[in-house]
Amino acid sequence: MSCGMNNTQTLPQMTPAVAMIRTLGLIAALCGVIIVAAYQGTYDAVQENKRIAVERAVFKVVPAAKSIVEYFALADGKLEKVGAGETAQSGAIKFYAGYDKDGRLVGIAAEGAAKGYADTVRILFAWEPATQQVPGFGVVSSRETPGIGDKIVLDKNFLANFPLEARLRADGQALAHEIQTVKHGSKANPWEIDAIAGATITSRAVGKAINDAAQILLPRIRPHLDTLKEKP
Amino acid sequence: MSIVMSATTTDRWDEFMEGVWRQNPLFVMVLGLCPALAVTVSAINALSMGLATAFVLTCSALLVSLLRRMIPKEVRIATYIVIIATFVTVVDYLIQAISLALYDALGAFIQLIVVNCMILGRAEAHASKNPPGIAVINALGMSAGFAIGLFALGAVREILGAGTLFGISLFGSGFQPWVVMVLPPGGFFVLGMWLLVFAAWGRWRQRRQARQAEATRHA
Repeated sequence: MSCGMNNTQTLPQMTPAVAMIRTLGLIAALCGVIIVAAYQGTYDAVQENKRIAVERAVFKVVPAAKSIVEYFALADGKLEKVGAGETAQSGAIKFYAGYDKDGRLVGIAAEGAAKGYADTVRILFAWEPATQQVPGFGVVSSRETPGIGDKIVLDKNFLANFPLEARLRADGQALAHEIQTVKHGSKANPWEIDAIAGATITSRAVGKAINDAAQILLPRIRPHLDTLKEKP
Repeated sequence: MSIVMSATTTDRWDEFMEGVWRQNPLFVMVLGLCPALAVTVSAINALSMGLATAFVLTCSALLVSLLRRMIPKEVRIATYIVIIATFVTVVDYLIQAISLALYDALGAFIQLIVVNCMILGRAEAHASKNPPGIAVINALGMSAGFAIGLFALGAVREILGAGTLFGISLFGSGFQPWVVMVLPPGGFFVLGMWLLVFAAWGRWRQRRQARQAEATRHA
């Protein structure tokens, strides 16, 4: 009985469900409009920023380049130019061909990734078709320990590993010598990377990232080097 | 007339200073610790995070306050979250448009502003009960307090941990960076130190007030 009385007392204070739905719907619609406006308003600037970021990263590892063209190296061995906003198909690898001011190919840049100490280390490395060397690399993303793992782009001895030999085998199906990171002070061959003492795992990640990406990408690119030579 | 004016100005100033000082979100209420500890590895990151949070806090306080009579109390939390999430999305796009490097540095913590309890707390405890003008002033004060707190953490951590401030080297090449300060434990060390400073200051003020009260009683 008392329960019923309670109901009659609380009922008038309850907001009808219709009012709640109306308010929520209205606010959701309003928020939707705000988000769409923000997305549209910033879209051009964001795309431009992304393009500049990619360009800057590529120009850093291929310093002689004045312009870049983005390609996909497809799994079936074909090359495809990347259109604006296009995403990769499965098995396709994106790479950047860097051209000098006369439109001659000076280097190729591609991303590689390998497990580091804290997380995956993603790098962008360059490859020079003329010398079949990796002249250098840059870090795309890394969560390695500051002061230890981030030495890979600062340590002079480590940077002296580059140019690094990345020569394709005569049949062009793989690298002639696998790129390997060796213990600090034991580098004997031009395709070996001398690890930083105290940052061996991160050093190894750099070597593995370059090797894994180069082993797949370079054999795909090699048959097309003649067409890539001139800027399209 | 002028007395009334000055009274409201004082009130507004008071409302603003509440967040900056007496109810400082970081050092007094100890709210929003997740971004406070995670992104304050440098002064610029800390300041950017403070500005991003300020944008979300102020905009959502304004909207919540404008809609306060329309929102049924049963669905108020859901509504606040939708509004806060909207402005977090907006600030996410804005930061991407301003600088991708900054966006990468702040990482997931931009999206995580949505769960910053300080913002929901302000919407619930203040903006939903006050007119837009006052809500915005209070939100701005809280934002300023939070940004100052983050900056205090970020600046100390960057100076000790990297020897720089805003990327400018302070001590020259001879300085051996105190790396632990830019690592997660450093966040706790520096936050603890600041809390200690604030607690000591609070106690000193209390003692001074007690002494003053004593003096007036004797007089």
